Amino acid sequence: MSTINYSEKIPNNVDLGGDRALQRALEQWQPNFLDWWGDMGPEGSTDFEVYLRTAVSVDPQGWAQFGHVRMSDYRWGIFLNPGDADRQIHFGDHKGEKAWTDVPGEHRANLRRIIVTQGDTEPASVEQQRHLGLTCPSQYDLRNLFQVNVEEGRHLWAMVYLLHKHFGRDGREEAEALLERRSGDENNPRILGAFNEKTPDWLSFFMFTYFTDRDGKFQLCALAESSFDPLARTTKFMLTEEAHHMFVGESGISRIVQRTAAAMNELKTDDVGRLRAAGVIDLPTIQRYINFHFSVTVDLFGADESSNAAIFYSSGLKGRFEEGKRDDDHVLKGQTYKVLEVQNGKLVDKDVPMLNALNEVLRDDYIKDSVAGVNRWNRVLDKAGIPTRLSVPHKAFHRNIGSLSGAKVAPDGRVVSEAEWTAQVDHWLPSAEDRAYVASLMGRVVEPGRFANWIAPPVMGINRQPVDFEYVRFN
Amino acid sequence: MDKATGQVIRQHLIDPEICIRCNTCEATCPVGAITHDDRNYVVDADKCKLCMDCISPCPTGSIDNWRQMPRVRAYSVEDQLGWDELPAEVSADDLAMACAASGVEASAPLADVAPGAASAGEGDFSGARYGATRPPWSAAHPFTNLYGPKAADESIEATVMGNVRVTEVGREYDTHHIVLDFGVMPFPVLEGQSIGIVPPGTDAAGRPHHARQYSVASPRNGERPGYNNVSLTIKRVLEDHQGRPVRGVASNYMCDLRVGDKVQVIGPFGASFLMPNHPKSHIVMICTGTGSAPMRAMTEWRRRLRASGKFEAGKLLLFFGARTQAELPYFGPLKNLPKDFIDINFAFSREAGKPKRYVQDVMRERAADLAPLLTDTNACFYVCGLKAMEDGVVLALHDIAQQAGLKWDDVGNALRKQGRLHLETY
Repeated sequence: MSTINYSEKIPNNVDLGGDRALQRALEQWQPNFLDWWGDMGPEGSTDFEVYLRTAVSVDPQGWAQFGHVRMSDYRWGIFLNPGDADRQIHFGDHKGEKAWTDVPGEHRANLRRIIVTQGDTEPASVEQQRHLGLTCPSQYDLRNLFQVNVEEGRHLWAMVYLLHKHFGRDGREEAEALLERRSGDENNPRILGAFNEKTPDWLSFFMFTYFTDRDGKFQLCALAESSFDPLARTTKFMLTEEAHHMFVGESGISRIVQRTAAAMNELKTDDVGRLRAAGVIDLPTIQRYINFHFSVTVDLFGADESSNAAIFYSSGLKGRFEEGKRDDDHVLKGQTYKVLEVQNGKLVDKDVPMLNALNEVLRDDYIKDSVAGVNRWNRVLDKAGIPTRLSVPHKAFHRNIGSLSGAKVAPDGRVVSEAEWTAQVDHWLPSAEDRAYVASLMGRVVEPGRFANWIAPPVMGINRQPVDFEYVRFN
Repeated sequence: MDKATGQVIRQHLIDPEICIRCNTCEATCPVGAITHDDRNYVVDADKCKLCMDCISPCPTGSIDNWRQMPRVRAYSVEDQLGWDELPAEVSADDLAMACAASGVEASAPLADVAPGAASAGEGDFSGARYGATRPPWSAAHPFTNLYGPKAADESIEATVMGNVRVTEVGREYDTHHIVLDFGVMPFPVLEGQSIGIVPPGTDAAGRPHHARQYSVASPRNGERPGYNNVSLTIKRVLEDHQGRPVRGVASNYMCDLRVGDKVQVIGPFGASFLMPNHPKSHIVMICTGTGSAPMRAMTEWRRRLRASGKFEAGKLLLFFGARTQAELPYFGPLKNLPKDFIDINFAFSREAGKPKRYVQDVMRERAADLAPLLTDTNACFYVCGLKAMEDGVVLALHDIAQQAGLKWDDVGNALRKQGRLHLETY
């Protein structure tokens, strides 16, 4: 049942052949997707054979099959985790009822919105990253970029399947629109802000996969709790792939930090000018990139008080992170949660109804998870005997959504004046000069086993292959 | 050895320096053996069933770490949650000590190895993955643990019937062939099994010495056919693996024994490293140094069968490595065996004026003969010697298979599952 059928035009484990109307609709969408991939997918990659991981079934043995695949022949498909016929809704007003296999009419609009918003991020990040292959620091990293890209493509397929299968004509129109919006396009931008930012260099890419793909993880985890069973099953499987993206980010930054620390020890200096002359990325610049990517990502969780969040939860559309592992009543009525607001020039806690604060709850869970990885980067510094420590900025820093939007808050959580903000912003966020310097380092390194000067090699290769394995055959 | 009762386990650990806390393993684990706190993801050794479901989904490779540990000293979940990095491997000596103290076969964990999940790349090849935990189908049934801390009798007394040097005299290495007789007491052993010797006296801390384990070098019907005795091949230990001077307690005790001395023995041990007995079964033996003991036992049993005209012989293929020819135990008798009975290949790594050759080098030279045996279900492979040779030997088999157009994962897994590849290294 869980074996993916690769003989069909669209590989799937959802018995697509048994629903001819749906199959035809998706087969009509498929060429549009391939056109989009051709236009907006990784630039110049068509003829490359890349050592990719492809799912052949959703069980642990099947979903991580490795081999060289021609990029243009990659087969995107539709894979759902196996279902549990007796699954019950385990939170919100419908708690204890049977999970839905189809969309209840009263939740149709909200569910569609949730799925479209999630689906829109997938092609968006492919678009943001499409030029990075031209400046990859190694073959190993190039392979990881392509793996991330094809999996984002597959996640789009996962969302489009739900739209086609459960939302009729509206769903088909939304599926087309997902291919029409463009990241950063003024007239037809992607839905969420962070997905319209540029990913101009590999430091940004690693930051994006560490911070912003982690938002993906938390959103997917919340959706994996959904009462709408097909959504829960598809996001569960997407999570297994999302993990790789965060690995790329976390290990990427870790390797950059390692290389910088080595140069600092070699040259016995923390002078930014000398380190830049040595061609490595200085720690203050890395910190500013963290500040930027962290702050735009925490915005993705939405307003800190949101009646939509309450509705999504109570109606069972979207749970909390690890809902099943929490030991409260899973209804949350009458409970409160603390959110931040600025009063008299100071950040203060305010109690609000828990249900309305669920965006903030998810954001706080996300922050905790993000901090853990930053601490692992600090261990690299610690090991190298460098006293500097990296950190995530205060969650009120540089916010553009919610009640903190527009507040001027320093990375350490102090509310500051407009004047201080303007004077300091280049110390807190990447300056044009920082970005220009990082851009100047980006040169293409593709000889197996060689790495750009600003990044250390990984500790191990992919799938136990050696680090100097030929991960990409350029043909 | 049954994992549930084994004293040494192969403990599954996650490398905290590489893990990114993505939760994939915890979500994948079918038995809930993986858990986490704010710091680390960890595996509960009591729950982990070694199903390997978590291995290939891990995006980082941090999941694929293993340590041999006495079960009683397995790292707890709490230990692991506090780690910043993986602990070092427990040394073979510490492991042997912990094992022998409880009368358990120290080499058991080498066979008690989880099946390979990730396909191996040359960078990080683990031969142990392919070692069988079951004997070949035509093995004779072994008796185990007749004497030991958990048996009715803690040990059995044996009498030394012979003690001769089997390497040239006057060198720094000194290997002895020692014959022990059990008189009227039962001590049935098969080729490939081992026994434990308990040296008399106490260690520096005043505790009784722990038992040392030796493979028997004699066939099932005795060193002298029809007698209740066994032989052992014991090298006098005068330095450790790093070359530092150290006087091995048990090996020196054994090498200095005189005929008529009494020795305390425990065992027998081992239920997997056993020879096939069906007609036309082939045996490929790969060994170094005193790792030749079980090979001598198997060879001798086949030789006796052949002499009695009762056996329709299969092939015997021996790859035998040592630093020099002078250091090779049983060199003389081996040379006298008929060529049509056994195909012998030596590899000397320190022969003056010659390039270093290891057993795996010679195996590669014989690839044309070894490749067909890899897929021949009548052929069994036995590896015995220093731990360091294990990965190299299995990697040589891997390469020979691949060069012959075979898929190593299929071949290796078949060898393991059919009980056709046995590893005994120390």
